[in-house]
Amino acid sequence: MGEGPRRGGAISDLWERWQLASARVPFGAKNAAVWVVLFALIAFFGNAAGFDLQWIRDNLRYILGGLPYTAAIAVGGIVLAITLALLGALARLSRNAVAYGVAGFYVSFFRGTPLIVQMFLIYLALPPVGQNLAEKYTWLPEGFDEALILEAATAGTIALGLNYGAYMTEIFRAGIQSVAGGQGEAADALGMTYAQKMRKVVLPQAFRVIIPPTGNEFIAMMKDTALVSFLGVTAASAEVFRRSQLVGKADFKNLEAYVAVAMIYWGLTVLFTFFQSRLEARVGRGYDRQHVVRAMQAQEPH
Amino acid sequence: MPRDVVVRLDGLHKSFGHLEVIRGVDLEVHRGEVVVVFGRSGSGKSTMLRCVNFIEDPTAGVVEVAGIRLEGGYRTRRKREQIRQLRLHVGMVFQQFNLFPNMTVLDNVTCAPRCAGRGTDKDVTRRATDLLDRVGLADKAREHPIRLSGGQQQRVAIARALAMEPDVMLFDEPTSALDPELTGEVLGVMKSLATEMHMTMMVVTHEMGFAREVADRMVFVHDGRILEEGPPDQLIASPEHAETRAFIDAVL
Repeated sequence: MGEGPRRGGAISDLWERWQLASARVPFGAKNAAVWVVLFALIAFFGNAAGFDLQWIRDNLRYILGGLPYTAAIAVGGIVLAITLALLGALARLSRNAVAYGVAGFYVSFFRGTPLIVQMFLIYLALPPVGQNLAEKYTWLPEGFDEALILEAATAGTIALGLNYGAYMTEIFRAGIQSVAGGQGEAADALGMTYAQKMRKVVLPQAFRVIIPPTGNEFIAMMKDTALVSFLGVTAASAEVFRRSQLVGKADFKNLEAYVAVAMIYWGLTVLFTFFQSRLEARVGRGYDRQHVVRAMQAQEPH
Repeated sequence: MPRDVVVRLDGLHKSFGHLEVIRGVDLEVHRGEVVVVFGRSGSGKSTMLRCVNFIEDPTAGVVEVAGIRLEGGYRTRRKREQIRQLRLHVGMVFQQFNLFPNMTVLDNVTCAPRCAGRGTDKDVTRRATDLLDRVGLADKAREHPIRLSGGQQQRVAIARALAMEPDVMLFDEPTSALDPELTGEVLGVMKSLATEMHMTMMVVTHEMGFAREVADRMVFVHDGRILEEGPPDQLIASPEHAETRAFIDAVL
C-alpha cells in the first residue's frame, strides 16, 4: 500500500516516533509485556467483579487434594493407551487377518464415538450386562453379576485408555512404518525372530518418532480427566474438577472455583509441555543435523 | 569326490504381481567358492540373491542352503521358522549398509549372536571385537554408525554378518552406494574373506577388477535367467552372447 495523504500532522508525527521507539524494544520483551498487561486486566476485572481471593485460599487445599486422583487417572489412562496402541499398531501392520480386523474394529469404534459416551457405556451400561448374564447363565462364577460394576475413576480411566489408545494406534503405526524397510530386512537376514527384530531394532527407532506426539496425547488426556466428574464420584476420592464443582456450588462461588481449577489444569499443561520439549530434544539427539555435521567433520581426513 | 554344495537354486521363479523377475534359475555354489553375479539393472540379479535367504520369497522353485531345503510359494508358521533357521547359515551385506542406528558399532555386531544365544556375553563380545579388528575398525566399537564414513559402515556391516559364522555370505551391490575412493577398503575386506577365510560368497557387483581378481566363477543374469557363466578371465575376454559382451564393454 502506498502512503496516503498526510492528515493531522502532530498525531502522525507522534505515531511515527512511537513506532521508531517500539522498534528498539526486543520482540520477546514486548510479548512478555502483553502477557503482563493481560493478567493485569484480568486481575482488575476480577477484582471489580468481586472475585473472592480469600475463598480460593481457604479452599485450594481441598481442590488440590484431587491432584493425586487426576494424576492417577491420567497416568493409568496413558499406560493403558500406550499398551493398546502398541498392540493395535502391530496388529494393523500384521498379515494376520484376525489381528488386523480386531484392531481395525477397535480403532473405528473408539474414534467414531464420543469419549463421554464411552465413559457412560463402561460405567453405567456394563453393570446390567453382568447382572443379566449372571441371571441367564447360572454356571457363571459367583459374583459375576457385580464383576462389571466399576468405580467411577476406574471406568473413566479405562474409557480414557481405550479412546486415546485408538488414536495413538495410528501414531504408533505411522512411527513403526517410518523405520526404513532395510532395517527390518537386516534383522531378518541375521536370523532374528519377529519379537527380537521389533524389540531391538524397529521399536527403538520408531519411539523416536512416537514419543513427541505421545507427549501431546498425555497432555490432552490430563485435561480430559475432568470428564470423569460426570460419572459422579464421592467427595473424598474426587479429582480436581469434581472438587472445585462441589465446593463452588456449596458456597455459591462458581467464579472462584472454576477459575481456580482452570489455573490448575493450565499450570499442569505448561509444566508438561516444558518437560515434553526437553524430552523431544533428548530423543532426537542421535539423529539431529548438528550431530551429523560433526560426524561428517570427524571423517573429513580420508 | 564332488565338492560340498552350500547353495542350490532349483527352478527358481519370482514374480511381483504380473511382473516376472526371475524366470527359472538353477545354480549351485560350492564351499569356498566366490561367485560374482552381474547383469543389467532390472535383470533380476539382486532379486535372485535376495531369494537365497528368503528376503524375497520365491514364487516357485527350491532353495537349499547348508542342507536346508525350502520350497517357495507359500507361507506358514512352520516355514517362517524354517526360513529363520536357514538364515542363520547366511550372512547378507546390503547396498545401503542397513546398520542399526540405535546401537553402537559393537552392539550392531553382537546383537544377532546374542539373540541366537551363541555363547556367553563375554565370548560374543570377544568374537565381535576380533571381527571389528579384522575389518580394521576395532577403535570405532563404541561409536554410533552415523559417525562413520560409508566405507567404514559397510565394513561394520560385513563384521555384523560374519558374527553369525555363516556358511555363505551374500553381497548385494556392496560398493554401489559408496564414493569411488571408499570402494577399495570394502573390496579389500571382501578379498581377504575369500583368500584368507575361504568364505563362500555370492557377490552382485559391477566391479570387474574385483571379479577378475577374486571370483572363481562369474554368472551373467539377463531377463531373469542365467544367460551364461564361466571363469572370469574367459567370460570377460570372450563371452558367448552378444548381450554379455555389450554389458561387459559398457562397464569396463
